[in-house]
Amino acid sequence: MTYVPWTREEIAKTIADDIWDGAIVNIGIGMPEMVAGFLPADKEIILHSENGLLGMGPAPAADAVDPELINAGKQPTTVLPGACFFDHATSFAMMRSGRLDIAIMGAFQVSEHGDLANWSTGKPGAIPAVGGAMDLAAGARQVFVMMDLLTKKGESKLVPECTYPLTGLACVTRIYTDLAVFDVTPKGVSVRARVEGLSLDALQGLVPVRLAEGI
Amino acid sequence: MLSKVRSTAQECLADVPDGATVLVGGFGMAGMPSELIDALIAQGAKDLTIVSNNAGNGTVGLAALLKAGRVRKVICSFPRQTDSFVFDELFRAGRIELELVPQGNLAERIRAAGAGLGGFFTPTSYGTPLADGKETRVIDGRGYVLDYPIKADYALIKAHLADRWGNLVYRKTARNFGPIMAMAAKTSVVQVDRIVELGELDPEVVVTPGIFVSRVVALGAAHPTTEAAA
Repeated sequence: MTYVPWTREEIAKTIADDIWDGAIVNIGIGMPEMVAGFLPADKEIILHSENGLLGMGPAPAADAVDPELINAGKQPTTVLPGACFFDHATSFAMMRSGRLDIAIMGAFQVSEHGDLANWSTGKPGAIPAVGGAMDLAAGARQVFVMMDLLTKKGESKLVPECTYPLTGLACVTRIYTDLAVFDVTPKGVSVRARVEGLSLDALQGLVPVRLAEGI
Repeated sequence: MLSKVRSTAQECLADVPDGATVLVGGFGMAGMPSELIDALIAQGAKDLTIVSNNAGNGTVGLAALLKAGRVRKVICSFPRQTDSFVFDELFRAGRIELELVPQGNLAERIRAAGAGLGGFFTPTSYGTPLADGKETRVIDGRGYVLDYPIKADYALIKAHLADRWGNLVYRKTARNFGPIMAMAAKTSVVQVDRIVELGELDPEVVVTPGIFVSRVVALGAAHPTTEAAA
């Protein structure tokens, strides 16, 4: 059977549709940024930017850029009615104390226990940088990962144990990929959705982690 | 009469000694105290430890201080950026030491210093390579890492408005590290867009109480708009 992977836009829209009304959400830098463009207008979703802003709006028009109003990716942004500014310690206190409902991040690898590796490939000579990834992993109530299921070489990024340096332990709750959506549960990895034409058996053949449906 | 107002950035930083630990505010360029950094470059102190979220952009500000060879060590969360080539080169050449700290732990370590604490247990970084060698503890079934305060000799901060007692109001996301860095340094130096008369800042909106501020200097606004914040 043949199947067509979901596009980045389709994955982003699926994530956006799964975010509930009233959720406080932090959208990570990179692939997840696309989710912001698909947030449904009929839900009130409050975006947190870890540099010190709750109630973040869309990017401004070119003539309305303020260099002192930026997002975590250091790009110009705007505020919505109800927004507030705060210092860095307060911003990360929001995460660690469980006030952030969802963090959406990219990943190099996710383990079947929900361990996340997304800050370093561990390559010698690479300049290490971590930013807020470990804080989001440890603090957000739910961590949604958005990634391709396979590397360019065809290796699964959903793995029994991460081989890349860890960002956080047992933190990922859901994984959105181009081939399937997974829930990480205490009983194992559950397939929430698959692209049309990809059977559970065929999906299992790509992933070295035992998959089930409906757990 | 209590006045923390100084007339120049140079005057604010004249006494920074070699080997000082200096907190530098800003996240990217928002809240970056660029003129104070320029004054620190001109002042000449060397062997500095710099604590900042990033490790400089392009060739100005923090990057210029690094390039001038004045910095022995950087404590930051995200040194690698598209335009961090000055740091990258020094790091690869082994000419600068890096202590990488998760962003929230960096903020909390600075806050802890300002709050007079001896340390704290944080869940962030537990089980990761950045917790290697650190004391850990399981509290209520959850793993935590012991982290220590980052105490500093100086803080260089940018705020929007100040009065002569040093009360501060910030502007938008330029606030970032300012309030906690002001608390964590023995000498906190703040550049502001404008200094207002005592009493002009509404006590309800003061973000940093003047007690945490040592010196302020008005250097004008870099941003186009200057709406009243108080």
